[in-house]
Amino acid sequence: MTPLLQVENLAKFYGARIGCTDVSFDLYPGEVMGIVGESGSGKSTLLNCLAGHLPPDRGAVRFDTRTDGLRDTVTMSEPERRMLGRTDWAFVHQHARDGLRMNVSAGGNVGERLMAVNARHYGDIRSSAIDWLGRVEITADRIDDRPTAFSGGMQQRLQIARNLVTGPRLVFMDEPTGGLDVSVQARLLDLLRGLVRDMGLSAIIVTHDLAVVRLLADRLMVMKDGHVVETGLTDQVLDDPQHGYTQLLVSSVLQV
Amino acid sequence: MTEYNFAYLDEQTKRMIRRAILKGLAIPGYQVPFASREMPMPYGWGTGGVQVSAAVLTPDDTLKVIDQGADDTTNAVSIRRFFQRTAGVAVTEKTTEASVIQTRHRIPEQALRADQIIVYQVPIPEPLRFLEPSEVETRKMHALEDYGLMHVKLYEDISQHGAIATAYAYPVKIEGRYVMDPSPIPKFDNPKLEMAAIQLFGAGREQRIYALPPYTKVVSLDFDDYPFQPSKADHCCAICGSTTSYLDELITDDAGGRMFICSDTDYCATRVEDAG
Repeated sequence: MTPLLQVENLAKFYGARIGCTDVSFDLYPGEVMGIVGESGSGKSTLLNCLAGHLPPDRGAVRFDTRTDGLRDTVTMSEPERRMLGRTDWAFVHQHARDGLRMNVSAGGNVGERLMAVNARHYGDIRSSAIDWLGRVEITADRIDDRPTAFSGGMQQRLQIARNLVTGPRLVFMDEPTGGLDVSVQARLLDLLRGLVRDMGLSAIIVTHDLAVVRLLADRLMVMKDGHVVETGLTDQVLDDPQHGYTQLLVSSVLQV
Repeated sequence: MTEYNFAYLDEQTKRMIRRAILKGLAIPGYQVPFASREMPMPYGWGTGGVQVSAAVLTPDDTLKVIDQGADDTTNAVSIRRFFQRTAGVAVTEKTTEASVIQTRHRIPEQALRADQIIVYQVPIPEPLRFLEPSEVETRKMHALEDYGLMHVKLYEDISQHGAIATAYAYPVKIEGRYVMDPSPIPKFDNPKLEMAAIQLFGAGREQRIYALPPYTKVVSLDFDDYPFQPSKADHCCAICGSTTSYLDELITDDAGGRMFICSDTDYCATRVEDAG
C-alpha cells in the first residue's frame, strides 16, 4: 500500500535554533496521526512545513497525488502546491479568524474553495454551502451571516466546513479545539470523529491536549525541543509511555 | 512654447513610460510598474492618464478629453488646456476627429477606430485590492492565476442583493489570463472593451500602467446562472431621444423632478445636429 504522505528527515532551523529536525514518518490513507508536545517543541513548525506554509531546510515531504503518484511537495512548483492546498489538502487553524474571511458571509467562506477550483454556478455553490453548514450543525438561515456574528465554536465549525467542502484527502489541524470550552470541545470532537470516519480522511492533528488525541488519533508522535522522542499507537504511548518526557506529559494531566 | 519640453514631460521620462506601455501591450491586462512623476495636478485628477497621454502624443495628434462622458467638465477642460499649452496640439470635442482620447469613467458611445488611442485614468488598478489588502499577496495571486477570491465578491453581491450589484469597475478577464480592473467605467461600457483602438490605462498614484491591444478578448466575470448584464437607466435621452446610450440622471428641482440625458455630450450633440 502506498502511503498518502511520506516524510523523510525533515528539518527546519530558525538561524542556529532548531525548529524541528530528523522527522520521518509515513501516513497511510484513512489514518489519523496526533503530534503532541509542549509549547515550543516544534509541533506547529512541523505542521507548517508539511502543509507547505514554511519551506523546510532539509528533507522531503512526498504526497500521493491523484495524477502522478508520490511527489515531493518541497520541490514542487508554487502553483502546484497551491492547487494541492485548495483541493486535496485542508488546513484548520487554531484560531478560526486565521482560517476564515471575517468580512465575507458564511456561504461565501464555504464557497471560496469551490470557486477557486472553477465552480461557476451560483445555485450549485450555494446548495453545497448549505449542505456543508448542515453537516457541521450550522442552520441554513445563518448562511448569509458573517463569521463575526458567530460564537467561537461556530466559527471553528464553519472553518471545518470551508476546508472540507472540496473533499480533501489530508487534513492538517493545528489545535482545533484550543480556546473552546469543554462542552463545545466535546461536540466538535464528536463531529470531527464522524467526518473523519465517514469521509475516510487522513489527518495530522497537532495539539497539547492528550484527551483530543486519545479520541481522534490512531497513532501518536511525541515531540520535545524539535525532536521526535517517541512514536507508536496512541493507546500504547499513553498507557505505557517509555520516554521520560512522555511519562511526565502523561502524568501531568489533571484528573477530575 | 519654449518654457516646456513637448507635452510637459522630459524625453527620458517619456521613453520610460513608452517602455511600460509596450510591455503592457505585450502582456495584456498585466500591471506594469513605472516611475510615476509628480504632475502639476493632485493625485486622483488623472495624473496617470496625463503621463500616458504625454508619452503617446505627437505634434500631429488631435486630443479629446472627457470626464464622465462630458467634454465640458472641470477635469476635462483643464487637462485639455494643459496639453494645448504644453504640447500645442490640436484639440477637439468630436470623438470621430480625435486621434488620442483621454477619458475618465466612460468609453465614448461612438465606436472607436484602429487609428485612435484611448487613455483611461485609473484610481486603483488592482481589482483584488478591496478583497486582499497586501500588494505582495495580490501580485502572487496574479502570477499564479489564483482568482477564486474575485468570484467570492460576486457571490456576496448575489447573496445580499439577489443580483450582481457591482455597477462600475466591473472585473474582467483578459485573454483567459489576467483579471483586470477596467477603471471605474460603468459595466454598460464593458462590452465595448473589445474594440479596434489601442487602450492604455494609467494609474499615477499607484504607479501602474496596463494596456489592451486592439480586439483583445475581454470577458466580464459572472456565474453560469447569473450571467453578466450591462445595465443602464431604463429611459431615453431627454435631449436627443437616444434609447441605446448610457444616461445620467439629473435632479431638476426640489419637487422630485428629474431628467435623463446622455452622459456622452458629443454623442448627444451630434445626434441633435444630425436631426436638426
